[in-house]
Amino acid sequence: MTQPTPTLRTLVDPIVGSNPVTVHVLGICSALAVTTSLSTALTMSIALTVVIAAAAGIISLIRHHIPGSIRLILQITIIAALVIVADQVLRAFAYEMSQRLTVFVSLIATNCIVLGRTEAYALHNPPGPSMLDAIGNGAGYSAVLLLVAFIRELFGAGALFGINVLPLVADGGWYQPLRLMLLAPSAFIILGLLVWAARSLWPQQAEARAFELRHQPRATET
Amino acid sequence: MIDLFQRSIFEENLALSFFLGICTFLAVSKRIETAFGVGVVLIVVQTISVPLNHLLYAYVLADGALAWLGLPETDLGFMRLITFIAIVAALVQVLEMVLDRYIPGLYRALGIYLPLLAINCAIIGGSLFMVERQLDLAESTVFGLGTGIGWALAIVTLAAIRERLSYASVPRGLEGLGVAFIVAGLMSMGFSAFVGVRVF
Repeated sequence: MTQPTPTLRTLVDPIVGSNPVTVHVLGICSALAVTTSLSTALTMSIALTVVIAAAAGIISLIRHHIPGSIRLILQITIIAALVIVADQVLRAFAYEMSQRLTVFVSLIATNCIVLGRTEAYALHNPPGPSMLDAIGNGAGYSAVLLLVAFIRELFGAGALFGINVLPLVADGGWYQPLRLMLLAPSAFIILGLLVWAARSLWPQQAEARAFELRHQPRATET
Repeated sequence: MIDLFQRSIFEENLALSFFLGICTFLAVSKRIETAFGVGVVLIVVQTISVPLNHLLYAYVLADGALAWLGLPETDLGFMRLITFIAIVAALVQVLEMVLDRYIPGLYRALGIYLPLLAINCAIIGGSLFMVERQLDLAESTVFGLGTGIGWALAIVTLAAIRERLSYASVPRGLEGLGVAFIVAGLMSMGFSAFVGVRVF
């Protein structure tokens, strides 16, 4: 594999190598609830990516003027304001979708990925790389979200984006939908298996056994 | 009312059926003691913040709520998210100071987890659900208490299971986070069996 340029690395790394969801356990709070269908997951992914990119850009622009002692509250305020804008836009142009997402668009504000990226990256880097890093993280989050949603919608309703793919028994086809896939437990289990798959493919992501780590808490705590 | 209480603990458990507060849920569920501490703090914060946010929403933010100020056409509803975040953050801060002053033992035990809760989705989510479902003051108190207890119950149970699991030989790559997710999934399945069950 050739060495990608640093710019490309900033963008691509968070998608696979250090994916915010599977590696750092960030931002799953709202991620799972919207994955019953691909369309809600896609809307959520776009909303989050836009918010995180804008927040990183703004915070990076004013990073030299932010006093250290109030930086957290300032970041939260900026993020919350952007989330409100996103929520209002959704309400105005896609009312039905905003009804289906209920409170979860607002909860982007408390999503740890957004605050994590602005705090860890945007505060110390110029706007360009910060936004790339933010978009990369947004894409990493979206990839996980869409993958989970793909599995859940395909097997739970036999459809993708609401369009029937597997002919259902109810309509004279052969596919008996797995209702469990649309319920909460399946989201946890699919994500668990996904983490397992990611960590088997890239063993350096794996956590050491808990028993060996008793006296040395690991750094993934949020 | 009792129905709402039981529903918010079991059927509509914030952690296991709405995935709220999952970050904290997974991060601090390695030991029962810490999980219990976080659970207790969450119950307290949730029980205070949901009714407080309800009052604020009903008398300041909702459409036409400022009629008592002579501004019947003002609708500050769009401000609710930022207001709730500020209220919760302030509440956590005040709680921290009060605990430090009067119950220093508990404060030391919970110290690090208190600020963590300021930006917990379970708390903000609880308040947003309260607005979404148009609960009244008494209902939102019950809802806050119920969801808090439900979340605490879930995290303590998960911590108990994970403590045992740390001695188990889990396949490579699945240990830690992966298996915690799967356990949470199985617990969520268990909790969905509570649908329709009424203790009282």
